[in-house]
Amino acid sequence: MARIIVVTSGKGGGGKTTTSAAISMGLALQGKRTAVIDFDVGLRNLDLIMGCERRVVYDFVNVINGEANLNQALIKDKRCDNLFVLPASQTRDKDSLTQEGVGKVLENLSKDFDYVVCDSPAGIERGATLAMYYADDAVVVTNPEVSSVRDSDRMLGILASKSRRAEQGEEPIKEYLLLTRYSPQRVKLGEMLSVDDVQEILSLHLLGVIPESKAVLNASNSGTPVILDDKSDAGQAYGDVVRRYLGETVPHRFLEEEKKGLFGRLFGG
Amino acid sequence: MGLLDYFRSSRPASAAVAKERLQILIAHERAQRGKPDYLPKLQQELLEVIRKYVSVDDDAISVTMEQDEDREILGVNIILPDDGERPRRGGG
Ligand SMILES: Nc1ncnc2c1ncn2[C@@H]1O[C@H](COP(=O)(O)OP(=O)(O)O)[C@@H](O)[C@H]1O
Ligand SMILES: [Mg+2]
Repeated sequence: MARIIVVTSGKGGGGKTTTSAAISMGLALQGKRTAVIDFDVGLRNLDLIMGCERRVVYDFVNVINGEANLNQALIKDKRCDNLFVLPASQTRDKDSLTQEGVGKVLENLSKDFDYVVCDSPAGIERGATLAMYYADDAVVVTNPEVSSVRDSDRMLGILASKSRRAEQGEEPIKEYLLLTRYSPQRVKLGEMLSVDDVQEILSLHLLGVIPESKAVLNASNSGTPVILDDKSDAGQAYGDVVRRYLGETVPHRFLEEEKKGLFGRLFGG
Repeated sequence: MGLLDYFRSSRPASAAVAKERLQILIAHERAQRGKPDYLPKLQQELLEVIRKYVSVDDDAISVTMEQDEDREILGVNIILPDDGERPRRGGG
């Protein structure tokens, strides 16, 4: 039985797809058979971030409609044998996702995989609610910014009331806070909510803090999940997140402003 | 004090304002959670009906939904103005 992880946030542009790509690659690198699904029907992007956009033949909706089977639609990652991508449909509208259809696909994936990561679209429409419906764990991606924090809290309400686990009275979804695009410098200046502030407001278990990083754009330019850039701060932070998720105790890093040497000050960001 | 420090200290600590606003807002939104989403509209319409007879403020009304062991209780609380406002004639 796979564990189903939803990467959610409510707000767009917060780092859900970046996170889904990083976490799924990280789990796969740790030897876990992992599938990552793009739930953003009509606005497919996970394929680009994963670097498999030219190998998309069939998609999630094809599988739901029985026009292709899972083996035909899953794209095997070229860097890691344990990782498979199920792309979103680019042409169908959001209503092509049905609760029953999604349930069947997840059930089938569960037989073969250890983890299924669901990359949620923004908003609280069908794609987003279905991405979280069957989840066992939720990674709530939040930026240290008022609207993002508020939207995250809204998603927590939906996770607690509209998920399969909630409806069937099972143990609730495990919720984790992932604070991304964090700028220790701006926190120090009092311009940005700190990790403690956000945690106090949302009272969630902190899975990790991903710094605002140039490495993320670089990684997306080349279609490489940023976790593979293990020299970068964001890559390392995502690496920590995956190990923490798997139960290791890993101290939080990148919470303080980095002391740069002269070289760093001249050439760094 | 260096020039940089000067600019830093003159900036408002906007993050503290953000935190306070969020705490208030989220506490309010959490309290509404799980309640039927027609409550705000019900409240608005009740207010309109009441205003045909008495003039009351927007915040004079509160509509609550509480869960007992085996039943739900809809509570409507309306605070009427002290004295001044005469009841308007029926039908308004
Ligand atoms: N830690 C980060 N540092 C800098 N930029 C980031 C970071 N995380 C995400 N981004 C950028 O933010 C934008 C939105 O990210 P994305 O993962 O697509 O968000 P979402 O899927 O939530 O809409 C992208 O341009 C991405 O490169
Ligand atoms: Mg996305």
